[in-house]
Amino acid sequence: MDQLEQLREELLAEVANASDSVSLDAVRVSALGKKGRVTAMMKGLGGMDPEARKATGQALNVLKGEISNALEARKTLLEENEISVRLAEETIDVSLPVRPEQEGLLHPISQTIEEVAEIFAPMGFEVAEGPDIEDDFHNFTALNFPPDHPAREMHDTFFLPLKEDGTRHLLRTHTSPVQVRVMQNTKPPIRILAPGRTYRCDYDITHTPMFHQVEGLVIDKAVHMGHLKSCIIEFVKAYFEVENLPIRFRPSYFPFTEPSAEVDIGCSRENGELKIGAGADWLEILGCGMVHPNVLRSSGIDPDEYQGFAFGLGVERIAMLKYGIPDLRTFFDSDLRWLRHYGFAALDVPTLAGGLSR
Amino acid sequence: MKFTLSWLKDHLDTDADVKTISETLTAVGLEVDGIEDPTAALSAFVVAEIVSAEKHPDADRLKLCQVSTGTETFQVVCGAPNARAGLKGVLARPGDVIPASGAVLKTGKIRGAESQGMMCSARELKLGEDHEGIIELGSDAVVGTPAADALALEPVIDIALTPNRVDALGVRGVARDLAAAGLGTMKLIDAAPVSGGFDSKTSVAMGLPDDKAHLCPHFVGRTISGLTNCESPQWLKDRLTAIGLRPVSALVDVTQYINIDLGRPLHAFDTAKLTGNVGPRLAASGEKILALNGVEYELTDATLVVADDSGPQAIAGVMGGKPSSCNEDTTEVFLESALFDAITVANTGRALGIVSDARYCFERGVDPASTLNGAEIATRMILDICGGEASHLVIGGAAPLAGDVVSFRPHRVAQLGGVLLSSAEIQGILERLGFHVDSANSETWTVQAPTWRRDVEGEHDLVEEVLRINGYDEIPVEPLPRPPTTKPAFTDDQRGTRVVRRTLAGRGLFETTTWSFLASAHADLFLGEGQLVTLQNPISSDLDAMRPSLLPNLIAAAGRNAARAMPDVALFEIGPRFEGGGPGEQTLVAGGIRAGRSAPRHWNSQSVTVSVFEAKADAIAAIRSVGVPTGRLQVVTGSKTPDWYHPGQSGTLCLGPNVLAEFGVLHPFTLKGLDVDGPVVGFEVFLDRLPKRKRKSGPARSKFSPSSFQPVERDFAFLLNDDVAVDDMIRAVIAADKALIASVDLFDVYVGDKVEPGKKSVALSVRLEPIEATLTDKEIEDVSQRIVAAVDKAVGGQLRT
Repeated sequence: MDQLEQLREELLAEVANASDSVSLDAVRVSALGKKGRVTAMMKGLGGMDPEARKATGQALNVLKGEISNALEARKTLLEENEISVRLAEETIDVSLPVRPEQEGLLHPISQTIEEVAEIFAPMGFEVAEGPDIEDDFHNFTALNFPPDHPAREMHDTFFLPLKEDGTRHLLRTHTSPVQVRVMQNTKPPIRILAPGRTYRCDYDITHTPMFHQVEGLVIDKAVHMGHLKSCIIEFVKAYFEVENLPIRFRPSYFPFTEPSAEVDIGCSRENGELKIGAGADWLEILGCGMVHPNVLRSSGIDPDEYQGFAFGLGVERIAMLKYGIPDLRTFFDSDLRWLRHYGFAALDVPTLAGGLSR
Repeated sequence: MKFTLSWLKDHLDTDADVKTISETLTAVGLEVDGIEDPTAALSAFVVAEIVSAEKHPDADRLKLCQVSTGTETFQVVCGAPNARAGLKGVLARPGDVIPASGAVLKTGKIRGAESQGMMCSARELKLGEDHEGIIELGSDAVVGTPAADALALEPVIDIALTPNRVDALGVRGVARDLAAAGLGTMKLIDAAPVSGGFDSKTSVAMGLPDDKAHLCPHFVGRTISGLTNCESPQWLKDRLTAIGLRPVSALVDVTQYINIDLGRPLHAFDTAKLTGNVGPRLAASGEKILALNGVEYELTDATLVVADDSGPQAIAGVMGGKPSSCNEDTTEVFLESALFDAITVANTGRALGIVSDARYCFERGVDPASTLNGAEIATRMILDICGGEASHLVIGGAAPLAGDVVSFRPHRVAQLGGVLLSSAEIQGILERLGFHVDSANSETWTVQAPTWRRDVEGEHDLVEEVLRINGYDEIPVEPLPRPPTTKPAFTDDQRGTRVVRRTLAGRGLFETTTWSFLASAHADLFLGEGQLVTLQNPISSDLDAMRPSLLPNLIAAAGRNAARAMPDVALFEIGPRFEGGGPGEQTLVAGGIRAGRSAPRHWNSQSVTVSVFEAKADAIAAIRSVGVPTGRLQVVTGSKTPDWYHPGQSGTLCLGPNVLAEFGVLHPFTLKGLDVDGPVVGFEVFLDRLPKRKRKSGPARSKFSPSSFQPVERDFAFLLNDDVAVDDMIRAVIAADKALIASVDLFDVYVGDKVEPGKKSVALSVRLEPIEATLTDKEIEDVSQRIVAAVDKAVGGQLRT
């Protein structure tokens, strides 16, 4: 038995001393392999008497199991060590910057138009569009601008060259011609929103020769100024995201509406900073009114049967006010720094459910 | 238009304060632009008297003045021509802030003489434009008292008039609106005829032909003799100064005053400088007139003038002539009060570039009744101030006095305005505004407009009058009935455009907005077969044509960014390009460019300059985003590709004959023409040409039926002639078995010493997805054979072995 105990100690020592999987395997072969020392002792059992064979056999089996376990444990340990070493060697500086991803953004004009449409959609408005190059009829005459009227002059119109028939086309000075085109082709009731490019021959700190408007038009049998007020109030509060925003309607003049109104919202100016909301000042944001009977008539709608309201607002203006953009001219400069600063992410889709702005 | 509270109270009997008046003005449509209170800025300034004014020893134009405030005496160096002993003016002392400049006054030396203060001009105190001399206060001003009191300063109300409000051109018209809104009562005005003492020696010569008589239907005049064109009384000077006008002389001041007070322009000619009679006529082409502003104007036969026998003496309704104007020696005048045609005055004023108070009134429309009334009121005022004697009136033509008559259904106020008012309330408002209301028929009234209302065409105008005087605040808010279900506001096409926009932004392109116009020279580079659309009156010569493409402005924008040291730019825009000069001759385009490097330099990836494949990918992504299957797109190169692109690195994406997009590297000549450094790649997707989305089946998707059989991938390498378009080969491969071949991925293109010259090796991976049963080796072999044969047939490609 001493021999067995000695073998056990020797083998366990060999297992413990095996420093890698190769030498560990050599230990296994030398102990449990076909010509291994334990195997050799197993082979010697046949020559023993039954009693001794039984006792030695049991002891050898115990030894065999013990060595196997030791080999397995040592193997796991060695493998773990080897992986640890490999992982340690694989260490890299993860503080290195990631590969740059190109992020594009939307221009504030597009985003603002979508915000406006989002607010008016539940009210049943549909978006209509019209051409940038217009004729005198749709831009002026049908909108009740008499020839030589000073209001025509105030529009600073861009003209295209005179045609052979003595007329000339022009760049629309407002989105109102879309009203006329829709009314000419649609039987009321009508609820449309017409965003688009508009042009006036004026260029200074507060004017650019091209800008954007959104026109709204509602035509039905009994639509009156009370409806106009509610529609505008709802829009303005939703757009500026200010619940208690003071809103004021005051009489004004547009050739194509009568009565006409301009709409002001409350604001305060402190230390040169403009804040939308209750305050000491008013800020003009849009014009509106009841569609002039002459406009209905010019567009083929009987003013004795139908009436309605229209409104028009400057897209850049309301974008500047909402997002604190100070200079109109920068909208058209394509300065990458500006686009990055004021742009909107592709996934920033304005919705009423998710909020108009983040 | 500006006026003071006391001026308003000449016409309106009211106890209302400035704040209430201001709020009411805005509420009735006379928007208050601002209320200036000049007294605040002048609190430190005092009345002072120039005790002595000696010539500055070292400067011809300067004077050394000793100025007394009663308790102290200051030496002031003064350059004003009117600085003289005895003058009482406004003294600024060291430490005072000069309102016009905002600067703090300091003691200084001027040409060696100490100046301990400043005698102020009206402009320096922001009380007017006058800077020709220092302010002269009346002799009754008390030295040492606050200047604000002596100047009779009070808040000045400035209102913005909309073009339709001809009735509110004068202070009296403003008062009428306030009275109608319940803020007081109107005072009477004395317009009784002045009994003339003699016949006017200057008579009226109506010189318009019959068909032009409407240009001046009424011309009233009279001679006033024996007058002295003195200085105006202080109250008159104060009123004019308060609203920023410069008092000149009594005759000029009276006409200015009545223009502001009543909206009635007048003109006084010095009869000593007139020849014969005076009246309206059209100028002869080439006639000239030296106007009061010192500028000589050449007139056309469309210019309405007031002429005497020697020639034009005034540009009618716009500006008087200098030669016949009044000066301090004038003792006799011919006073003109006439009615000129609004459009003619507007056109003349615009053509000559003259802005004047008279033009402002006439081009909007002057009350025809004021021609006569104005002459009488002005006569009385001139006689009061300048003395003298008035002649009988001389009158040409007659006033078109009858106001417009409209029928009016009072219930329209509620129908259109949404506010319920009683008939009595409605009638009261109209009558307070001067309308004559016949309400005998309670359903339909007959309403006659007063002479000063030139803007009443119909019922809706009267509804507006009632609503604005009653106040828009009184209109109850009523929700607009909503449709029972919310539908998209955008049409299918517009929704597509929105998706394209967000897709391109998601790909790293920045959306921008550039002008619809550009320089003709830039447009020419992108014209192709198209026609240049120019503007007749561009804002500047570099914005004189409508853009035929979105690319030139985007490329120019890249150039501007490069100049700001940002050469790597990716921009896109969605907007119109213009193909002709008529409505509708435009196409909606999504255009984009990438310039410089496609990504910044980075430790873990290679930085490359932009290539045609990025532009192509952008275009394909845009097309795919709206649901167009891009697998069927054909890439066409050669003649269809516009010449602003690199001829060998550009193409179009087509569906049959329909060109959906163009893309490519920009031609170096194009970039040179735009003065931008390359490389720049670009694309344009023609959104109007994209196939309409088919939404017949609604939002439901087609049935999902994945194959349960194992897909197989096989790689092929073909040897092709170098000039073969690989796209043609891929199409041939797909066509070899449309049912089985799910996708073809091209993974290598090789040209080099491993293949013979003039050839390229192209390697692709074909994925077979069986639907009915797992593919057998034989079936796979069959498909492979068909692929090899198809490539051979289509492009002459041989399988590499």
